[in-house]
Order: sequence, then structure tokens, then C-alpha cells
Amino acid sequence: MLLAILIGFFAALSQLLFGKFMKGKLSILLSLVPLAFFIFFVQYIPAIAAGEIVTAKHTWVSSFGVDLDLRLDGLALLFSLMITGIGTLVFIYTSAYLKNHPMLDRFYGYLFIFMAAMLGLVLSDNFLAMFIFWELTSISSFFLIGFNNTNPDSRKSALTALSITGIGGLLFLAGGLLLGEVTGTYQISQMISQNELLVNHSLYVLTVALIFGAAFTKSAQFPFHFWLPGAMKAPTPVSTYLHSATMVKAGIYLLFRLSPVLGNSDFWNNTLLIVGGITMLYAAFHTLFRTDLKGILAYSTIAALGILTFLIGLGTKESFIAAAVFILVHALYKATLFLMTGAIDLYTGTRDVTKLSGLHKVMLPIAIAGGLAAISNAGIPPSIGFIGKDLIYESTLHFRHNATLLTTLAILTNILIGYAGYVAGVKPFIGRTPTGLEKVTFPHPAIWIPPVILGVLGFVFGLFPSLVEASLIKPIVATTGVDTSDIHIKLWHGFNTVLGLSAITIISGIALYFIWKPNATKRYFIQRFDKLSPKFIIETLADWFESFSDLWTRIFQNGYLRNYITVIVVFLISLVAFTLLNNTTYQIDYSSFSKLTIYEVVSLCIMILAIGFAVFTKSRLAAVAATGVMGYSICLFFVFYSAPDLAMTQFAIDTLTVILFVLVLYKLPRYLNLSDYKTRVKDGIIAIAFGGLVSILALEVLAQPQNNEISSYYAENAYVLAHGKNVVNVILVDFRGIDTMVEISVLAIAAIGVFGLLKLRLKSEERKQQ
Amino acid sequence: MRTLILKTASDYLLPILLLFSIFILLRGHYLPGGGFVGGLMASIAFVLHAFANGLKDTKKLLKFHPGFLMPAGLLLSFLSGLLPVILQDAAFMTGLWLENPIPVIGSIGTALFFDVGVYIVVLGVTLTIIFTISESA
Repeated sequence: MLLAILIGFFAALSQLLFGKFMKGKLSILLSLVPLAFFIFFVQYIPAIAAGEIVTAKHTWVSSFGVDLDLRLDGLALLFSLMITGIGTLVFIYTSAYLKNHPMLDRFYGYLFIFMAAMLGLVLSDNFLAMFIFWELTSISSFFLIGFNNTNPDSRKSALTALSITGIGGLLFLAGGLLLGEVTGTYQISQMISQNELLVNHSLYVLTVALIFGAAFTKSAQFPFHFWLPGAMKAPTPVSTYLHSATMVKAGIYLLFRLSPVLGNSDFWNNTLLIVGGITMLYAAFHTLFRTDLKGILAYSTIAALGILTFLIGLGTKESFIAAAVFILVHALYKATLFLMTGAIDLYTGTRDVTKLSGLHKVMLPIAIAGGLAAISNAGIPPSIGFIGKDLIYESTLHFRHNATLLTTLAILTNILIGYAGYVAGVKPFIGRTPTGLEKVTFPHPAIWIPPVILGVLGFVFGLFPSLVEASLIKPIVATTGVDTSDIHIKLWHGFNTVLGLSAITIISGIALYFIWKPNATKRYFIQRFDKLSPKFIIETLADWFESFSDLWTRIFQNGYLRNYITVIVVFLISLVAFTLLNNTTYQIDYSSFSKLTIYEVVSLCIMILAIGFAVFTKSRLAAVAATGVMGYSICLFFVFYSAPDLAMTQFAIDTLTVILFVLVLYKLPRYLNLSDYKTRVKDGIIAIAFGGLVSILALEVLAQPQNNEISSYYAENAYVLAHGKNVVNVILVDFRGIDTMVEISVLAIAAIGVFGLLKLRLKSEERKQQ
Repeated sequence: MRTLILKTASDYLLPILLLFSIFILLRGHYLPGGGFVGGLMASIAFVLHAFANGLKDTKKLLKFHPGFLMPAGLLLSFLSGLLPVILQDAAFMTGLWLENPIPVIGSIGTALFFDVGVYIVVLGVTLTIIFTISESA
């Protein structure tokens, strides 16, 4: 299994090298990779159906608890099959959809990264490994949404999606770390047994809130849903694959996976019910006002994700069955609808549903696929959508409280979703063919075969539900830890309440379709409420944050070297002074001081004179020379106190510093713009404070009891181990040689910096002159 | 600052100062000195030459940009640390020494090469900075 994930990443990398050769007609061959994976995962169906769980352990960074523990159970298998199966069809579809696109190789590269990351996500049993794959899916999604990178809208949508899902990723990590802290393991399969411990733990609410944050952002739940309609700027294969069938379900996957770990509490269930309920109604209601095919589908996808959250929130065995079936149902019909939309867009050049009609004459296979998907979407028998919808009603009807309210919510949402399906899957194809659309070319086989396969599958599974019952649904429900022997998925349940509700839903949906026609006026009507939408509010907050950081940067990064130094020094002073004021005793041991000699007094006088001269002179060069005198006097002190190495170095450095200063100042204009009195006093105070602080610090260090162990070790071993008599040098080149190594590297970097700053600036100026 | 006296003197001073800097470098093992100070002195020798004869002459004398000394020195230092890893499978930067000291230079070991590397980097860095600034200022 690890191999499958790795091959995916390698395939992405290989696009860099061989992508150029695969751009043309050969690109369809790339779909053999996901196909091979699909076949690979199909092989596991019998084992999983028999109740086995396939695991594979690969150590990675065990010291941090990050291991690639792969675990294939029912839930992981369903997702793996969707990722690879729909992946295969999307790969085939892309080869025709983006035919001759100059960046087709790049597109396939991103798709491979996404596929591998998504497989890793659903197969990981380790929470931290899962986090890495989770983030990788967000990143590949960012690149795919912004694939048309010349379009500013596309770039903005990509950034929005990345910010929202990126924040979710951080919450995921935080939640995962808390889970790991509380349970002592990062393996999800081992957390299940600690459900009671978790639910009663003081950190429970926080952990769950973090996990919810991750799942809701990823799966576009209210109020984070708005990145998904924006993500529809991506090419249609991406919308099909990432933003309806697989990636957006990662949040649902997470909730499903953690239900047995974190579930079984009112907080968990009620939050999911409320958020899922709001999301599904809000999004389903929005489909009424959209005219763009992809926009309609985006909102109906959000509504479907809402239903899934809602079902997981119910938390009963029936609701888990319903959720498991609905994940499959939705993936099948929504992918079909998206592929169909792409075909219409590609061949007619528009996605505006008000302009499309009568396309059955020119693209019959697409029309059939759309019709099949719309039927499954509306839950009309004998499609699998019918089974899915029945199971939803059954789970709401049998819920322990508020059954009527919950069922009503579900019915309303389903009516609206059904309506959206008709608008998207049926309306473009029926009626009179408008002029201009009559001569549309017949779609390429790679365009019409994938949606037809998916559309037909929805009916095959509907007519023969036993195909998925034992192989997928039972093992999935088993992951929540309930007994699955009595699950029977049937198309026909006999005449009962659920059938009645189903009939009401279907009839109302069709009626709504005939009464309510989408048009531009209605779209404008809803746009008036944009200022109240979460999208607007969050974007405003982001804008505020941006202007705040702009302001902050302007204050601190103002481009004046003197201000930078002032800030650094003042900060240092306050920090050190704070510590000194709090924990120091101020004892100076005068007895340890050596007596003043005449040499020291003379050098001190020279230094004081030099300082005075440097501060009060009106010439730059004189000031520099005075600081040089200061430096040489300090050298003298090093000599007095037997540090010849330091003295030599300081002497050479001071010479060079003065030379450097002179070189720079020599070219400056003679006119001196001396700073005013106030600034000088301010600078003087800062300088004196800093100097005083360093002096106090030095005295304090002297007062501390000394530890001679290290220096005596160096002194004793310099000759024995390093054949050197000069301890200072031995320390520099041998004992602490790595320090020196890094220091000279830093020096080299500084020199390159100076060179780059001055030379590159010169060149750009020269260019300007030319 | 171009005076005939300084110009004539610098022609003789440059080789003497360079020799002196190498002396300081080698001396560092037993007495005050070492690669860092040596490198600084060597660069002062070149800067003096540049003051007396102009930057162009010094550059001509050097024949290559001093910036190239930095990677060369870094590489030498790094390899001197890597040598024990390759030869004896010891830790990075273990000191290895020849058994018998060589006349004039003294004992030869990896630390010496390391110090020579430091010398070259310091020379390269100082000259790069000073040359760049004096060219563009």
C-alpha cells in the first residue's frame, strides 16, 4: 500500500522529466496508473468483506511518534476505490478536456500529487502522518484551483481555498496533538478503546472543537463553505475529482473515522447536527438562485456535505449506514454531473443554464449521463440514490428526539437538491435547440465515456444493492464499532412512511423544477445579501488583518538604519534591565580588583578624550578616526591583561574598520546634516544606558562563582590532544572548530550580501542610464 | 593619496606583509597568531597596495576576484574536517597529525589545514567587502 502512495508521488515527479513527451496523444496512457491502483484495491474487497483489516507498518520518525502505519478497513477501502476509480476516469477525461494545453504535464503532476496524498490520508492510521497528507491535499488543491494562473479571479480563489483549508490544517494538527497527549498514542485504531476517557477529560471540548474546525473547513461546512464555490474556477476535471468526489469528503472521512473515538457525547452529536443542518439547508436554498451550472453543482455539493455531517451527527447505526451509502451515491452522481458540465462548457462555450437547451440532439451520450445522474440525485427508483434517500429518512424518523423536525429538514434539503439535479442534468438537454448550438461537434469518446460509466453504475448498484452491501457498506459501518450482521440494503421496502416521504420529495422536486426557473434577476436578488454572508465577513476580517500587518511593518521596517539600531538596543536594554532589577543582589567584590597602573590610567584618559572628540566634532572623518583611537586603546587593555591574541585581532579589525569607514565617508558630500539637540540627547541617553548596562553585567558576571572546569580542561589537553601550545588557537581550530566553521560561513554570507547589495544596485542603475 | 614614497614602499611591503601574515598563521599553533589574524593582515597588505597604486593595479595583481577565495577556503576547512571521517571513520573534525614535525612549518595536522582555510576565507571576505565598497561608493 505504501508503494501505491509512493508511486503516485514518483509519477508526479516524473512529469517534470518526461512530461514533455506525454503531453500529446500519449497523455491518456497516464490513466493506467490510477487504473492499476484501482485494480490493486479491488483485490482487497473479499478480504475486507470477510471482516479482515489489512495493515502495513513502516517506521518513519518514530522518535516523534510519526510512523506510516497504513490500515485498510472498510471506510479506507471505499475512499481508496473512489480516489482511484473516479481518478482513472478523470485522468482519461482530462486527456481530451485539456488536449494540447501547454501545461498539461504540470496538471497531471498536480493530479498525481493529489491522488497520492489523498490515498495516504485515508490509509494512515497515524494521526501525524495523516496530518502531512491532509496538508498535501490542500496544497495540491491550491495549485489545481489556480491552474489558470493568468486569471486573477482564479488566483484569488486558490488563495482563499488555501487560507481556509490551511487554517483547518493547523487546527487538525493541534487537535491531533491534544488527542495524542490525552490517549498516549497517535494511532487512531488504539484510541477507540479510550472513548470514555476522552469524553470525560477536561480537554475534551477543546479537542473536539479543533477537530471540528479542521473537518468543517475541509468539507466546506457553514460558515467556511464559501471557498468551495470559488474553487470552481479550477478546470472541470479538478472540480469533479477534488471538489465533489474526494477531497472535500476528507472532513467527512475524519468525522466518520473519529466518531467512535470522540463521539457518544451530546456536544459532538448536537454540534454536528446543527452545523450540518444549517449547511445543508443554506446551501440547498442557494442553488435556487444560481444560473452557472458549476455554481449550482457547487452549492448542491455543499448541501450534500451538510447532509453527511448531519448524518454523522445523528450517530445511530442507521445514520452511519445512510452516511456510508450516501458517500458512494453522491460521489457517483455528482462526478457525473460535473463531467457533463465540463463537456457542455467545452463544446458550447457556456455554462449559463438559462442559455442552454435542446442539447440532446448534438450530444446524446452526455444527455443520457446527465439524465441518469439527475435521477439518482433526485432519488428516483431504481437508482442507488433512492436507497440513499430512504436510508436518510429512516435514520431521522427513528431518532430518539425531534424526529419530525429533523425529517422535515432532510426532506426540504432533498427537494432542493433534487431540483438542482434537474436544472443541471436535464434542463440543458431538453426542449428546443437554440440557434448557434445546432452545429456543436460530437464529443470525443474520452469526454462522454467516463460520465456514462459513472451514471450507469448508479443504476447497477441501485438494482443490485447486494453488490456493495457486504463488500463496502458493512465493513464501513463496522469501523464505528457496531454489530453489522443485520444490515440489509434493499431497493424495495414495501409501502411505509419512508416510501410516502420519498414520493413527496420526488414530486415536490419536479414541481419546483417546473414552477421556478433560474434567471439573472433572481441571481441579482440574492447578491444583495452578500454583505451578510460569511464570505464577506471573513474577507473583511482578512483585509483588516492585512492592513494591520501593513501598519505594523511600516512602523518597524521603516528603512532607516538608525531606527533599527535604536529599536534593537532599547529592546535589549529593557529586557536585560528587567532581569537585572528582579534577580540581582549587586555585590561588588572590590578586593578582587587589581590595582590601577599608570598605563591603564593613561589609556583611560586617551579613551575619554577620544569619546569626547567623536561626539562633539563636526567632521565625519575626524569622528571615525577618534573611534579608531578608542579601538586601539582597548587593544592596549587586552595587552595589559595578557590577551595577545585578542589584541592582535582587535588591532587588525580596527584598522580595517577605519579604512572601510573612510572609504564610505570619503564619497559622501561635505555638507553635514547634524542631528538636532533633542535627538542627540535621546541617543546619548540610550548609549549611556546601554554602556552602563554592559558594565553592570560584567561586574555581575565577575561576582558569580567561577567554574574553572572547562578552561582547565582546555589548558591541560591543548598539547596532549591537539599538539598545540596556544590554547586560544587550539580552541578555535580544534576543540570548537565547528563554531569557527560556522563563523567563517557567516562571514562569507555577509560578504556576498555586501557584494550583492552594491553591485546589483549599480547594474540596475547602469541599465537605467542606457 | 598617491605618493611616490608610499607607492615605492608598498611594492616591497606587500610581499613582506604577506610573508608576515603567513608567519602569523603558522605561528598560531604555539604562540599568539592564527588564521583569523593572519587573514586580516594579508588583506591589510592588499588594501595598502590598493591605496598606493589604485584599485585597478591591485586587481590586476590578484588576477582573479577575491570573492572566489571564500568558497575555496570554506571547502578547504570543510574537507580538513571531513578527512578523518573518510580516513579513519572517526567523528567529523577529529584532529589527525603526522608523527614527525616538518622543519620551518612545524607539526602538520588537519587543524593546520583548517586554519589555512580560515585564513583564505577571511582574506576573501575582507577584500570582497572593501573592494566592492570602494568601487561603488
